[in-house]
Amino acid sequence: MKYVDEYRDPRAAEKFARAIRSLATRPWKIMEVCGGQTHAIVRFGIDRMLPEQISLIHGPGCPVCVTAQETVDQAIEIAANPEVIFCSFGDMLRVPGSNRDLLAVKASGGDVRIVYSPLDALAIARANPARQVVFFAVGFETTAPVNAMAVYQAKRQGLRNFSMLVSHVMVPPAIEAILSSRECGVDGFLAAGHVCTVMGLEEYRPIAAKYQVPILVTGFEPLDILQGIYMCVRQLEAGSARVENQYSRAVRANGNLEARRLIAEVFRVVPRKWRGIGEIDRSGLALSAAYAEFDAEGRFSFARQAAPKASECISGSILKGLKKPSECPAFGTRCTPEMPLGATMVSSEGACAAYFRYRQRSAASPAGASRHF
Amino acid sequence: MCLAVPGKILSITGDDLRSARVDFGGIIKEACLACVPEAEVGDYVIVHAGFAITRVEESEARRVFEYLESIGALADLEEPRR
Repeated sequence: MKYVDEYRDPRAAEKFARAIRSLATRPWKIMEVCGGQTHAIVRFGIDRMLPEQISLIHGPGCPVCVTAQETVDQAIEIAANPEVIFCSFGDMLRVPGSNRDLLAVKASGGDVRIVYSPLDALAIARANPARQVVFFAVGFETTAPVNAMAVYQAKRQGLRNFSMLVSHVMVPPAIEAILSSRECGVDGFLAAGHVCTVMGLEEYRPIAAKYQVPILVTGFEPLDILQGIYMCVRQLEAGSARVENQYSRAVRANGNLEARRLIAEVFRVVPRKWRGIGEIDRSGLALSAAYAEFDAEGRFSFARQAAPKASECISGSILKGLKKPSECPAFGTRCTPEMPLGATMVSSEGACAAYFRYRQRSAASPAGASRHF
Repeated sequence: MCLAVPGKILSITGDDLRSARVDFGGIIKEACLACVPEAEVGDYVIVHAGFAITRVEESEARRVFEYLESIGALADLEEPRR
């Protein structure tokens, strides 16, 4: 097994879809909170294989999309500093700040570098001792261990020219924020498999019990997602609300204990503002006191921040699952991946970008996912 | 963002901080093994941003298909009734 293609077998996918059709008797809304799953659902047309009673709602599962505009502005300000080498995952470069984006900083001569890993940023810091190297640490729990490792290593190696602008977010508080909002119509959740690979299942059990929703820890390949949906619908039809693990080849009940220890060592839990949603208590990670010297927010000073500009962008409603990208009047016209109004159109995992890429031209063509597989 | 890809460990270097050459369907990249102490050469690990977050549990890998078989039979029986 190679653990990829096997899980894309169109015949097996159709079998799952048929099983879901024979199972669903009532309308159910299922939300995924992972941009990777959103992307796979739209790319492989999984939503179009489902009976019409089942709607998939795309939640705030893209860390790039939920990073606050104020934080993007801070990143832009640091990146424009001529003494700085600013390192980031590529997705962040086009996210609009108040006035411009990181790509514009790079175009006007800023040393902005796309890295594959924060460990690469660490290597850049070692190779450039006379420059300040700053890594833009965004991400969910999946990314927290590697970001923690970079800071942990920086401290061990006594690197004085490395720091991080940290804007980490966590999934369970976002699920709770959605469930506790009055406008919430979500019946069940697909929880993000790789987040749970790191953190395990335990923190989801009280949420499932309190709000009486099934939570299915689910993988990323088409068969994973279809099985997750099947298991979720089966629970919904039976009136049960448990945490189940579809993705057992990668997720243990306790997660990855080494990774959790590393996160606990380097980070602390803080309130965090989510773009389009607002502040959610205990939903973010920031550097702990022992690693505060590596916090770019303390190392650089910032001009007074501009208030977020009014925009016709509806990404707040998209991220809360209240609207689909195609319901936005600017979608595909005034807002495209090249000229995005909001972050959900920027990141490859944003719901708007996924719809733009896979649905823009195929909207009129007949449904049917197997041809995509 | 949480994209993480399974790949096969080809070789491991370093004792204090283990690092591996990992084969992702023909593309070979370096990955840090700090959080997967149990992983050995030949194992599959799931790698995110150059960092292995878990070893793939081989014994669990066929669960999807076993599950499908168990419900597939049911679905095939129930379909004509609809």
